[in-house]
Amino acid sequence: MDFKVGIIAMPGAALSNKTGSFANEVPVFMHKTCTGCNLCIYFCPEGVVYGDKKTKIYDFDSDYCKGCGICAEECPVDDIKMVLVEK
Amino acid sequence: MKQVLEGSMAIAGGVKMAEPHVISAYPITPQTHIVEHLSQMVADGDLKAEFIMVESEHSAASVVLGASACGVRTYTATAAQGLLYMEEVVYNIAGMRLPVVITIANRAISAPINIWNDMQDAMAIRDTGAIMLVAENNQEAYDMHIQAFKIAENRDVMLPVIVNVDGFVLTHTFEVVETIDSIEKVREYLPPLNMEYKLDVENPYSFGTIAEPSVYTEARYNLYNAMNFSRNVIIDAAKEFDDMFGRFYGGLTDSYKMDDAQTVIVAMGSVLGTVKDVVDELREAGKKIGVLKVRSFRPFPEEEIVAALKNAKNVIVIEKAICPGKGGILSVEIRDSLFKHKINSVSVNGYTLGLGGRDITPGNIHGLVERAEKEENVDGEFIGLSQQYL
Amino acid sequence: MLTKEETHNELFTMGHTGCSGCAQSMAVKLIMEILGKNTIATSATGCLEVFSTRWPESSWKIPWIHSLFENSAAVASGIEAALKVLGKKEDITVLSQAGDGGTADIGLQSLSGMFERNHDVLYVCYDNGAYMNTGYQRSGLTPLDAFTTTSPSGKVSFGNNRPKKYMPEIAMAHRIPYTAVASAGYPMDLQKKVKKAKSIKGAKYLQVDVPCVPGWKYEPKYSVKLAQLAVQTGLYPLFDAEYEKIISVKKISKKVPVEEYLKLQGRFKHLFKDDAGRAEIEKIQKIADENIERFGLI
Ligand SMILES: Cc1ncc(C[n+]2csc(CCOP(=O)(O)OP(=O)(O)O)c2C)c(N)n1
Ligand code: SF4
Ligand code: SF4
Ligand SMILES: [Mg+2]
Repeated sequence: MDFKVGIIAMPGAALSNKTGSFANEVPVFMHKTCTGCNLCIYFCPEGVVYGDKKTKIYDFDSDYCKGCGICAEECPVDDIKMVLVEK
Repeated sequence: MKQVLEGSMAIAGGVKMAEPHVISAYPITPQTHIVEHLSQMVADGDLKAEFIMVESEHSAASVVLGASACGVRTYTATAAQGLLYMEEVVYNIAGMRLPVVITIANRAISAPINIWNDMQDAMAIRDTGAIMLVAENNQEAYDMHIQAFKIAENRDVMLPVIVNVDGFVLTHTFEVVETIDSIEKVREYLPPLNMEYKLDVENPYSFGTIAEPSVYTEARYNLYNAMNFSRNVIIDAAKEFDDMFGRFYGGLTDSYKMDDAQTVIVAMGSVLGTVKDVVDELREAGKKIGVLKVRSFRPFPEEEIVAALKNAKNVIVIEKAICPGKGGILSVEIRDSLFKHKINSVSVNGYTLGLGGRDITPGNIHGLVERAEKEENVDGEFIGLSQQYL
Repeated sequence: MLTKEETHNELFTMGHTGCSGCAQSMAVKLIMEILGKNTIATSATGCLEVFSTRWPESSWKIPWIHSLFENSAAVASGIEAALKVLGKKEDITVLSQAGDGGTADIGLQSLSGMFERNHDVLYVCYDNGAYMNTGYQRSGLTPLDAFTTTSPSGKVSFGNNRPKKYMPEIAMAHRIPYTAVASAGYPMDLQKKVKKAKSIKGAKYLQVDVPCVPGWKYEPKYSVKLAQLAVQTGLYPLFDAEYEKIISVKKISKKVPVEEYLKLQGRFKHLFKDDAGRAEIEKIQKIADENIERFGLI
């Protein structure tokens, strides 16, 4: 008798849900004025921004980005811009 | 060892033998003595448990829910208003398949407020998914609590077990109780709780997720199925207890002088004592009468009831609760069981009495036996009303 | 350096169904980064619970349990007691979570019990100022004059007619060892407070301001901006306290008039229609000024 059904879920199983389909816009990291402040990593509500302070190369995971635009809005040096997703 | 024990002390003693790890409590008459005794045992170091005195019954049940989800043995007790306040959590404990044991010191429900015994509180939570057993006397209450943990923790059951004990009539009355001396023997009967799924940082499952329409029904079906399966587990727990400790009170039901009985009185809990005395008298007078004790109310012992009653003419059901807008509760379920088995030769008469602590006297029982001869399928009629108050 | 693979290993994973721009999910992510894998969490019914655990999915990689709406703190109390019995309390943090409704309204009793018994539990209230999960109804933490679906503005109403209940002071009144107020707009400050709370034994209360896109009615990109404006106006004072004593406050770097904060949110748009609305804005400004005075924010 499998009593887990509907009650108990496996850790992190939500990764199978690709929320990238929510996005109308996605960020473009331009790598021009970036200072490596890491704010885009801190502020991304989904935790999908990654990159390196030293190389100042950042990117995002389009499988899960919901296109909220917070990373672009909060980038202090305007090095991220939002572009429409081609659907 | 034979001891004269207050019912609450017997219950606390039985619970102690099961060695629960976390106990929560919020006081309500007539449950208070049970948790007071347990807190004293913890204070004296006789019981090694976390005793948590919470701020409400809702939290009492929630605390044992959280602890039980961590895989430790848990216990709480309540009654009446406290039980109703707890009900939301009882559903949740059952739904999450946690083996919590809860005692209800059965008491009337307000308004009007009344602290004395009946079974309206238990009947109000009969669909929660908790197994519901009913003890007849202090000895059975002691033993039943040990059995309750064994039933709840069975891998294919994993449901809360509620032990119903009549408030005051049992909880505050002294009787001779034979207690178990050997904790090792109890441990053999009731091995340590070993839960496959629990809150554990090594295996971090998520409990209490949202079940969408595509799966909710299946989750409920699994619970329903586990409840059905528990029938055998309850019977086995009783038999194994008998083998090891030499005491048996029936499995789901128990029969008393039922051979050739034409009239059968069906009841639950402490009233069975009075009923059996009356039946002894009537048997001596040559009447073919017997008693069917319902020991497990949930799961409902349909097969046992049908087998016991199918050859009877008259069944008298003592209803210590009322379903306004319908009538009886236990009698309705019995009638339905017989109907399903295409037995229509038995008249099932439900009579409501013993509400709010009013005594059920031998005279009352004699009266019911006489009435039932002349009546057919009475649906929870009130017995012994004072005309002056109507 | 953070790699794509590492982002997939976060203890609160992506793939949940929170709204785009949800500050609550941001706060959870930041908190879990500090608490680490030796954490057991409870959640009350509410947005977070709903968007993070749709069976068979779950965003949690730590043991997590949702029971009901009003008992997150009581369930956490039971977990803490069980960990004591199992001898694991020293190594594991118990995190109890709820929204503002689950905390300050229906869950207040069980929270008070947990505080009073001083369980070793970190309680986090994600304050988005209303019952968002059920469709933006008012709660005891809805701010003055906010439109919600049960405190709508209308011909004779400016929306929610009561100011926010001051929940952190209710926590402090229990004389628990640590109380803190933080904001999704200030992640380092938030994480510093979580770190501190984690190091303290006993009951801890952390309230986090988490703007809500559909509830507050703004463009998703403004979640952080609004959280920061709430602090810079004085409407959401950030501080922390040990027992009854405030030990630090986050100073306002440049005071901003409340209007700047209000005008970005649809839930306050009715205040910008006429003079009567302006008078209401003055009342809100007064609340901010009083906070600045009381907490010494400047
Ligand atoms: C006892 C009970 N009453 C009401 C509800 C309905 N309900 C579920 S979540 C919720 C709102 C949650 O609001 P809050 O705690 O502020 O969390 P949020 O969703 O805003 O994050 C309500 C009213 C419930 N689940 N249980
Ligand atoms: S748009 Fe939003 S979700 Fe996408 S990377 Fe930027 S902050 Fe994250
Ligand atoms: S309604 Fe608000 S709190 Fe809920 S998920 Fe959406 S943004 Fe987050
Ligand atoms: Mg809320």
